[in-house]
Amino acid sequence: MDLTILLFLLQDGMTSGAIYALLGVALVLVFAVTRVIFIPQGEFVTYGALTFAVLEAGQIPGTMWLLAGAGALAFLFELWTHRRELTARLLVHEATLKLALPAVVAGLTHVLVPMKAGPFVNLLLTIAIIGPLGPYLYRIAFQPNADASVLTLLITAVGVHLAMMGMGLILFGAEGLRAPPISNASFTLGPLPVSGQSIGVYLVTLGLILALWLFFDRTLMGKALRATAVNRIGARLVGIRTSLSGRIAFALAATIGAISGILIVPVTTIYYDTGFIVGLKGFVAAIIGGLASYPLTAAAAIVVGIVEALASFFASDLKEIIVFMLIIPVLVWRSIASGHHDEEEE
Amino acid sequence: MTALFSLDNFTVSYGKVQAVSDVSLNVAKGEIVTVIGANGAGKSTLLNAAMGLLPARGRMTFEGQELAETDDVEARVGLGLCLVAEKRHLFGSMSVEDNLVLGAFRADRSAFEGTLSDVYARFPRLLERRQQLAGTLSGGERQMLAMGRALMSRPRLLMLDEPSLGLAPRIVADIFTIIADLRAAGVSILLVEQNAKAALDIADRAYVMELGEITRSGAAATLAADPSIAASYLGLGH
Repeated sequence: MDLTILLFLLQDGMTSGAIYALLGVALVLVFAVTRVIFIPQGEFVTYGALTFAVLEAGQIPGTMWLLAGAGALAFLFELWTHRRELTARLLVHEATLKLALPAVVAGLTHVLVPMKAGPFVNLLLTIAIIGPLGPYLYRIAFQPNADASVLTLLITAVGVHLAMMGMGLILFGAEGLRAPPISNASFTLGPLPVSGQSIGVYLVTLGLILALWLFFDRTLMGKALRATAVNRIGARLVGIRTSLSGRIAFALAATIGAISGILIVPVTTIYYDTGFIVGLKGFVAAIIGGLASYPLTAAAAIVVGIVEALASFFASDLKEIIVFMLIIPVLVWRSIASGHHDEEEE
Repeated sequence: MTALFSLDNFTVSYGKVQAVSDVSLNVAKGEIVTVIGANGAGKSTLLNAAMGLLPARGRMTFEGQELAETDDVEARVGLGLCLVAEKRHLFGSMSVEDNLVLGAFRADRSAFEGTLSDVYARFPRLLERRQQLAGTLSGGERQMLAMGRALMSRPRLLMLDEPSLGLAPRIVADIFTIIADLRAAGVSILLVEQNAKAALDIADRAYVMELGEITRSGAAATLAADPSIAASYLGLGH
């Protein structure tokens, strides 16, 4: 192996690592706020990737109908919960968020798809279709059980993952899809050719992480989400609805998943079940970050990406095994070093 | 005086065990009302249920309006009820100022700056520590932060659960001075305390709670002068 190959592998690893970083950060976010270990994160990657690919091919993606269905179901859940105290205001509010929003997205899709509006519009449309699925899913599957144990929530998450994967097969079929690259540009950095696509991945990752940091550090809603993560009862006592925090966390996670999918679908062929493995690698990073530290998760994700790239060169059959084995020394070290953790302080 | 807040036949159960049975009490505007009683009498349970953290049966009114079972904690905060819980429930890994900012989560944003400087004026120590993480504060400072965070919502009824618990005597005195100042500023207060002497000293009226029931009630000064109350709650062991 010479330097060029090494640099090539590093670039490749960092590109995947950047995507794992996004997914890992989303997993930490969802876990901190809702205590859900968000296995279906990978399905949002798949849905984002395939929705984008279908849109790029000039067709209407099935996820648009899924959005409408999920919105209607979430609306019914809301009606049932508030059946004894339905007010006009509540009804309008819920109908706007859960019925009108999917309708508007569907309308836009039908108008914009025949126009072949280009990858940037398709990217926004994909986010508009996949992003709201997060909070709807939270409303349907997790909110009714929000105070259950972490294990119960994990089992729910596995169920949702399986359901969404099956739904992916119905919506997109068993064939893999690939989208044309968003950017065909290519540069050379010394001996190393760098594709515009990987530059795009780095920029989007950095931009999203910066935006998330600003959101959590500067905005009231961001602080409210952190507060929910730190002390749920304390959050309720100042009037923060933990269900709202949960929906926002899921909306962010779904959007991050969709963007990750859009970033990888021009590079790799994505099948209905590809997202799961991609999501699990983000999960490895999140575990190394203790499901708590965002910077550690992001750094670990880059390491996961690089290890994966090197492993696929030296021992491609063992690639996945090597990547997932990373988790073992970390778990051993953590269990020795940290003893027992309490969720609530004081 | 009309009642700002009242509970009628208020009952809270943990499974089959009734922790609070048929309690009726009220708080008028601008009043400090205290509930005293031994550890385990059900005082904290009463406040937690009044705040909506625990399910309860019975009638509850606030500012003349009956609160429904469906008014959850968050809705009650919006109405002007606020609980400083015994465990404080601060956001330990966030700064003092962020804790205060979140205290005003449901409050009118236009009044925010004014309320914040009021709270800092009342608790100068919090201003000194405003960039510090809440988890690194001392016990007294935590209690001040918990009260300051509650005041950020501009509550009409402040419920305080054992504000003196675990604090040094000098700090307890400070806390009770601040509670008296709050009444002077027009905040109505429902105070639950094991430190019966300090509570009866500043309260207008008091209720005595034993094994989940209210056994005595009356003007705080009258109860403080009652020999049986003095024997049970004021003298021995303190």
